[in-house]
Amino acid sequence: MALEIDREKCMACGGCVSLCPADALELKNKELTIDHEKCVECGNCVKFCPVKALEIKKDQQKGEQND
Amino acid sequence: MTENQPLNFKKEYDVIIVGGGPGGSIAARDCAEKGLDTLVIEKRPELGTPVRCGEGLGKAWMEIADLEYDPDWCKRETRGAIVYPPNEKSLKIDPENHGYVIERKIFEKKLAEQAGRKGADYMLKTRAKKVIKEENKDGETQVKGVIVENDQGETKEYRSKIVIAADGVESKIARTAGINTKNPIKDMDAGYEYEMTNLKFPEDQTRHIHIWLGDEISPGGYIWAFFKDEDVANVGIGVNPTKAEKSAKQYLDEWINNHPEYFKDAAITEKKGGGIPLGEPIEEPYTNGLMVIGDAAHMVNPIHGGGMGQAMEAARIAAETAEKAIKKEDYSAEQLSEFAEKWWEKRGNQLKDIQKVRNFAESLTDKELNKLREIIDQEGVLELIEASNLKKFLKIFKGSPKIAMKAAKHLK
Repeated sequence: MALEIDREKCMACGGCVSLCPADALELKNKELTIDHEKCVECGNCVKFCPVKALEIKKDQQKGEQND
Repeated sequence: MTENQPLNFKKEYDVIIVGGGPGGSIAARDCAEKGLDTLVIEKRPELGTPVRCGEGLGKAWMEIADLEYDPDWCKRETRGAIVYPPNEKSLKIDPENHGYVIERKIFEKKLAEQAGRKGADYMLKTRAKKVIKEENKDGETQVKGVIVENDQGETKEYRSKIVIAADGVESKIARTAGINTKNPIKDMDAGYEYEMTNLKFPEDQTRHIHIWLGDEISPGGYIWAFFKDEDVANVGIGVNPTKAEKSAKQYLDEWINNHPEYFKDAAITEKKGGGIPLGEPIEEPYTNGLMVIGDAAHMVNPIHGGGMGQAMEAARIAAETAEKAIKKEDYSAEQLSEFAEKWWEKRGNQLKDIQKVRNFAESLTDKELNKLREIIDQEGVLELIEASNLKKFLKIFKGSPKIAMKAAKHLK
């Protein structure tokens, strides 16, 4: 499992940053970054995202298209 | 290179402000005006962008912030609101206090210009990573400035007597000083907004802000249209992520598609997103050497989500407190607690009451919201959203047992 960002959708609004209990999200140079070491995959940011740019993907789905 | 060269920064300031939004720049203006050496650290390369805001600002807030009308950023005067309950039987509200829909990009720059003229320094494209912590004479941790990463990728230290954290909804700097500025997800609305042109609203309605309510269209929030011109408006939505089944954008898109009478020929000129912290303000937004203002301290009206005015008001109180502390050479939490005391008295307690109204409004079903619109008139709505006389409503709702029960639960 891993949290992934759809960069096409993400507006770097930063709302998710303050919801992250693990301090895993940050805005750097107008881009949202994920620290996967810190991420606990709680799903707060996924639930919040106004444009559904975040998703927790199962490992086997990685690399697949249109999932 | 010396400190005297125009582009160089000092190593030490009286006050360092993290964040160059409306709160940060008003704090900078006031601090600099009081003769304090002031530095603003801003992570963006340009103030004012990206915009994450509905851009409505009441005239009362402009007075509080000591700002005058400026045609450069006061785009359009608003004279009231039109509120649509779920059945869309609208209610027109004409309050005494009017406001403006502003151009935030220009607004933020103008505020920084004002602060710069008073002598404040601005350091852009620089990220405040954490506060400098040292032990004070009482053996407690004292904030003594900030460690930044500048636009060259260098890590540098800038020291100050006081730090003001004005770093907005995703605030991190206050957390590094031990103040928990995080929001639980139930208290953070997801916001999404388009700036649109070629809208078709009746001309006599484009001086009003429009508010559409209902769980179907925007669970836990509302949809708004704030006009910048007769046919130009910010059309946005806030939804509560714990109640929403779709993204904020999806709710807004569907609603726009269902209202061709307004949007048939519209074009989108800007897309904006953001988080709106609607929970209770942080009880103690200060520690040794640091104060927190604005969205970072959740100083937001929990009914409409507006935060610029609250941030600027808190900024002025923080600047006053900073001046006093520096005169007394006392930067302890105890000394800075004066900021919180004054802010709670002036605004915080009212926001807490408004929170009750929000909880009440959120507890109502769409049917009850329709009913509410029949029970109270425009003055009632104004009183309710200002939370100015909550007890009165317990009586008014007596004829509608379900609403009265919810009112009794939430408005006490």
